[in-house]
Amino acid sequence: MNFQMADLQLLAPHIVVLATALLVLLAEAFCKGERKGYLAYLGIAGIVVAALLTPRLFGPQRLGFSGMLAGDGFAAFFYFILYAVGILTLLVSQNYLRDERFEHGEYYALVLLALVGMMLMAGATHLMVVFLALETMSIAIYALAGYFRTERSVEASLKYFILGGFASGFLLYGIALIYGACGTTQIYDVMAYFKALPALTSSPMALAGIGLLTVGFGFKVAAVPFHAWTPDVYQGAPTSVTAFMATGVKAAAFSAFLRVFVVAFQGTHVEWSGVLWVLALLTMTLGNLTAIAQTDVKRMLAYSSIAHAGYLLVGLVVGTPEASSAMMVYLLAYAFMNIGAFACVIMVGRYGQENTSLDAYAGIGFRFPALGLAMAVFMFSMAGIPPTAGFIGKFLIFKAAVHEGYYWLTILGVLNSAASVYYYLRVIITMYFKPSPDEPAVDGLRVGPSAALATVLAGVGVLYLGIIPGGIIKLAEQAVRFMG
Amino acid sequence: MLQNYIPILILFLLAAGFGLGVVVISMFLGPRRPDPSKLSTYECGMEVEPGARQRFDVKYYLVFMAFLVFDVEVVFMYPWAVRFQKLGLFGFVEMLIFLLILLVGYVYIWRKGVLEWE
Repeated sequence: MNFQMADLQLLAPHIVVLATALLVLLAEAFCKGERKGYLAYLGIAGIVVAALLTPRLFGPQRLGFSGMLAGDGFAAFFYFILYAVGILTLLVSQNYLRDERFEHGEYYALVLLALVGMMLMAGATHLMVVFLALETMSIAIYALAGYFRTERSVEASLKYFILGGFASGFLLYGIALIYGACGTTQIYDVMAYFKALPALTSSPMALAGIGLLTVGFGFKVAAVPFHAWTPDVYQGAPTSVTAFMATGVKAAAFSAFLRVFVVAFQGTHVEWSGVLWVLALLTMTLGNLTAIAQTDVKRMLAYSSIAHAGYLLVGLVVGTPEASSAMMVYLLAYAFMNIGAFACVIMVGRYGQENTSLDAYAGIGFRFPALGLAMAVFMFSMAGIPPTAGFIGKFLIFKAAVHEGYYWLTILGVLNSAASVYYYLRVIITMYFKPSPDEPAVDGLRVGPSAALATVLAGVGVLYLGIIPGGIIKLAEQAVRFMG
Repeated sequence: MLQNYIPILILFLLAAGFGLGVVVISMFLGPRRPDPSKLSTYECGMEVEPGARQRFDVKYYLVFMAFLVFDVEVVFMYPWAVRFQKLGLFGFVEMLIFLLILLVGYVYIWRKGVLEWE
């Protein structure tokens, strides 16, 4: 083990976020009083400090800690997606938890710890670090999913925990087989080994390893047929946690998915892209078709997150630098629009009554114009209608697919996207064109300054990415060039 | 490639064969004169009272969780101690950071009253 002080620079953002998490935990233990909502701001302060330390990582690749962790543009770009997710989640949670009488510091500590795991996944250049980071993230998320201790919340947590543990086993077995085939688990060494030994691409052990890794990552990004947990977990977990899972976990899992498949396994692209082609199509189609049948907005958003995983998988199938940068822009856009949508879902509910059924939304567009506008923007973005971020993300991914000649996948993806417009617009139609019942289910919004700020930030993010995406796209393209 | 695993396979078969073999041989060769005290559950030679199926205080669960953390900590420290000279200052500082993180957890459960047993 050789270690240089310079390595610490690569780990500095993680250390800051971890220290903040520990501080929050100690503050929870030592500060008087039952209500600890203000700790959310301590968490945000920590993330901001980490964000200030990150830009200097944006540059050519540097490996540290014996090649286990990278400081490169790719990692830095994902760190920023995760910071956005973390800050928005903390802002959204703060007044949601107060209203639900669950204002404890542990929640914020767990969010920050999960964030550390996600950041390590984005920076990891070693399969064992990928696995450890995935577990760090997942264990915190399992606890968060059961945070409300209601029957549904605990059920969500247990389901996620048991299936997640099973999926981790697949991932670990896959890593073991790759180690058996290549004699290393360092991502760039695996790549070099596949290049030096072309015969390895037909070795059953290597292919089985790649297959098992596909299962492990597929579970975390909620790809069909490893998606069965998604609707129940997303619906049962506290809404703020659902927003965090749908955006943060997906971004982190796709970052590792990208680095492992596009870099380490680039020599076997022909082999795995065929499998992922089928998975991408199944994921898009099943997610969209099932979402159409939903009458509960939270569950509908869960299926829609499966569908979005499908679009992102299209980028992975293509596997070119262009597609990778498109996925990064898409994940950033998805973070803004999805957390924004869940923030609106939270506002519509009230203590003890989540109001997530579509009927509850009847007529609220005119009664609460600001909420109606925000929800409409997020739904348009999810559907991929310009000038929103969702359109840019889908456009870039499908453009990359067409450039590589994946015409059928593109056509089927665009058709899927068109079908998804139906259920996103249904929310808008219910909000604006259904008369509100005489005794409306929603008589007031639960909104505080922090939730309002989060919604505005998410809305601004969606529109900024939708109208002037040039700068971000250029950053993502540079970031991919540095991935190596 | 796969031939390298043959020794492991042989070891695996030998281990399984030995384990099974001993049980099977003692099944055939051993004399068998069961009586009630031989068939009862063995617990320090005492008669089992009042049976293991009873309620446990939920505090056992918390104490066990706390125990597990420190148990794993010690397991982690053994290989570290063996290589201590080689790892040098870096290894020492690393371990201090690891202990500090665990300490925060310990202080947390302490303040939360997990260690109080009334």
